[in-house]
Amino acid sequence: MTFSEPSAVPNLGETTPLVPPIAPAREVEVDGHPGPGLGHRTLTEPYLRIENVHKIFGSFVALKDIYLNVYPGEFVCLLGPSGCGKTTLLRIISGLEQQTQGRVIQGGKDVSKLPPSMRDFGIVFQSYALFPNLTATQNIAYGLENQKLPKGQIATRVKELLDLVGLEGMGHKYPSQLSGGQQQRVALARALALSPGLLLLDEPLSALDAQVRVRLRAEIAELQRRLGITTVMVTHDQAEALAMADRIVVMDKGYIAQVGTPSSIYQHPSSPFVANFIGVMNFLDGVVEAADTVRCGNILLHAPSNEVPVGQAVSIAIRPEDMRVADIATDAPNRVEADVVSREFLGAGYRLDLTLSGNARQPITLEISANRARNLNVEALEALSIQLPPEMIRVFPKE
Amino acid sequence: MTPTSSPRPLRIDRTRAIDAEAWIMRFFLTLGALWLLVGVVLPLIPMVGRSFRDNSGAWVGLANYWQYLTTPSLVQSFINSLTVALTTTLLACGLGFIYAYALTRTAMPGKQVFRTLGLLSLYIPPLAVAIGLIFLFGNQGLMTTGLFGSLPGWNINLYGFNGIVIGEFLYCFPQAVIILMTALNLTDARLYEAAEVLGASTVKTFFTVTLPSVKYGLVSAIFVCFILAFTDFGVPKVVGGNFNVLATDIYKQVIGQQNFAMGATISVFLLLPSVLAFGIDRIVQRRQTALVSAKSVPLQPKPNPALDRAMFAFCALVAGFAIAVFATIILASLVRVWPYDLSLSLKNYDFGGVGGGGYRAYWNSIRMSLYTAIFGTVIVFIGAYLVEKGRGLAWLRSAKYVLSTIPLALPGLVLGLSYVFFFNNPIWRIPFTGMAIYNPFKGLYGTMALLVIVNIIHFYTVCFLTATTALKQIDPEFEAVSASMAVPFYKTFWRVTVPLSLPAILEIGIYFFVNAMVTISAIIFLYPANLPLAAVAIVNMDDAGDISAAAAMSTLIVATSLGVRLLYSWLTRGMRARSEAWLSR
Repeated sequence: MTFSEPSAVPNLGETTPLVPPIAPAREVEVDGHPGPGLGHRTLTEPYLRIENVHKIFGSFVALKDIYLNVYPGEFVCLLGPSGCGKTTLLRIISGLEQQTQGRVIQGGKDVSKLPPSMRDFGIVFQSYALFPNLTATQNIAYGLENQKLPKGQIATRVKELLDLVGLEGMGHKYPSQLSGGQQQRVALARALALSPGLLLLDEPLSALDAQVRVRLRAEIAELQRRLGITTVMVTHDQAEALAMADRIVVMDKGYIAQVGTPSSIYQHPSSPFVANFIGVMNFLDGVVEAADTVRCGNILLHAPSNEVPVGQAVSIAIRPEDMRVADIATDAPNRVEADVVSREFLGAGYRLDLTLSGNARQPITLEISANRARNLNVEALEALSIQLPPEMIRVFPKE
Repeated sequence: MTPTSSPRPLRIDRTRAIDAEAWIMRFFLTLGALWLLVGVVLPLIPMVGRSFRDNSGAWVGLANYWQYLTTPSLVQSFINSLTVALTTTLLACGLGFIYAYALTRTAMPGKQVFRTLGLLSLYIPPLAVAIGLIFLFGNQGLMTTGLFGSLPGWNINLYGFNGIVIGEFLYCFPQAVIILMTALNLTDARLYEAAEVLGASTVKTFFTVTLPSVKYGLVSAIFVCFILAFTDFGVPKVVGGNFNVLATDIYKQVIGQQNFAMGATISVFLLLPSVLAFGIDRIVQRRQTALVSAKSVPLQPKPNPALDRAMFAFCALVAGFAIAVFATIILASLVRVWPYDLSLSLKNYDFGGVGGGGYRAYWNSIRMSLYTAIFGTVIVFIGAYLVEKGRGLAWLRSAKYVLSTIPLALPGLVLGLSYVFFFNNPIWRIPFTGMAIYNPFKGLYGTMALLVIVNIIHFYTVCFLTATTALKQIDPEFEAVSASMAVPFYKTFWRVTVPLSLPAILEIGIYFFVNAMVTISAIIFLYPANLPLAAVAIVNMDDAGDISAAAAMSTLIVATSLGVRLLYSWLTRGMRARSEAWLSR
């Protein structure tokens, strides 16, 4: 899914109608997969299929019309606000919860009605659920011992797993003697001990403090790729999902809102909800003026990727970091003037709250690097020219 | 996480028939439900049924109730029971509140000591308390005779209302203190700081912050004390004199006159207020919401010399009274012939010339209490585990929860009498059908086993709630994690749940043991002649006038209960040291 560079636009001034360039051909996404880099998987059978799953608690519909394919070796994140049904879906995949309707097929076998103990998965919970009266070694060996494996083989296996998660020599410690990050690694090793076909992670990082979380998320993702284990993770943290997942399933109120690779979801959110949930998004009120043009007050914006009928009220979306503030040619498309309302220093850059000139006076937020801010002398800045690059604009019809 | 090589995958066979697990769980759930059905529900049916029949078994409808309500002496007993229960509740909860307040909200010195002393009478059976009262306030008592004539005497007219209320007070007081201390401990210091900043007076703060926050605890304490005092048998039996209450009436009807029909009728009158109080308490407690959040700041009491001194004096007085009763029992048991020969001797511990069964009764009681503790703990804990952590059969689990809480509302005498009707009957007539079946449990009647069963049921609810609370604190994902590793639930139960719940399990065992040791009401109708029991022996010795021997037996029971409690502290200290590694969090 690539966009052609915007074609040259005639200089017709800022508030005059823009002649739309030829819209880039869009690849139509079906079911959100496969994204770039996963193309070969279209030929593979999915390892996990969720078919038409519904879950109803009393009168509350927790999940509705869930269809999802997870391919072998893939890392899929279920992402959404609390109450969106992502944890319920994970529990249905594991068999800890029974779906009201629909099927779960794992490794070509229908496991819909099987209890958790007869399914093939390892799980890490937010609380880790480490047995506090057993050492790290005993925790990891817990499932192995039940398989009646020889003692020597268990010991070798546990040592391998401790090495794998970077806890060499820590096996004799009890969970309470380990740090949060170390407990998390023990839980991961325990989940991997029986070489499950599927790894389920239920908010595995949210109990950790920020720095450990960032380090561990890279390590888990690296480990997952090395082992090639099909993984489904639940998280409410979009940064975590963007950093770790091959594909993200964005959920809202029991529905799947969008499925796709992190970059495609970030760049091409399919709805204002997704746009707002993943990253920060500016929304401007407008009306479709012509096929590729939207009107925002008395400003006309060129918006090529727009398939909304003329006359429809729309939200015009653009990310704060996607706007340009310097080196804008006077004839550049979508060049608008804005007044600075307030500025906030973020360390690595600045956030500017602006209002667009013209009669709409709509607020818009802009993020720029510290370097650029210095060049602009932001602290004294009262007004500036910005460009809303046409290829960065998304247009959503209003409901 | 940067090892050189990844471990080779393991081949695991998960297709074994682990579904048997679900059936094991169902089997035990059903077994537990049957146990509660036979132990709690079914025996009540013939008991209530009996109140509609005369002594020959013929159906008489409400005739027994009519007879009861038109016999002034019987109605008087009902009024007496109510008066005693209400007076005791007022005293125990009122003084208990001040005592608990002093222990939790003031900077009074010696709080730890007062805490232990205030709870001392938990280990003294009401019967023993009554024996102690006789030696203090009876006709030949220390106070009545003014230390045998050396001081002016003080006669409180022990036998009757006064004696019963004092005895029940000592019985109920520690229960009220425990409940109210828990309620007073659960508070948020920030509320008091807010009240102070807003300029509220001490009195206003007490009525607007303190009282509302302990409301539910206070309600619970009131109902618990009411039920205990309303249904207790031991104290009125010993110091009641001619002041009849419902519990002693049942005993007289059944043991004295063999009038089982009237015994059953009075039992219903004893049962109804208890069930009512229990039901109201349940409804009120359900409305309770968490007052204390994770962010609450514990209250640190500030010194207030005047208040602290007054509280110290009050606590010293109350604790001093409990100690006086306790000390008098021991003293009386050691005096050769009270009040004529005050030389000390162990003669009263001989039990040679007195009835009741002597040491045989004592050892029987210990045996019964041990069995009750062992089997009761196993049954209660597994039952609570299946209700709390079980999967499937949700309706059966909620039914089991309700059944497990019912025994708290059943007075011991009612339970005992129900067991007589239910287990001593060779055939059961099924009501309204005219059909009858052979009673498969008849063989249990008159055995140690039935005594153990009635004790387990009698004290079931408190133990069940203790186990449930402990289980709720265990991560609910343990079972899920085990299932993901194809480990059956019973292995995780044994390897993780039981070790983590060990403090609660031992606490339950102690509770069963101590209560089985001192109980009288549930077993007085059930014990067979060849199985004399210590607590019953106290009643028999008192009946025969051998109250010094009764004091000696009381001392033995109290010493045993306290000994077991100390043994427990010592054992758990050893255990804590051993498992410090994982309890140190």
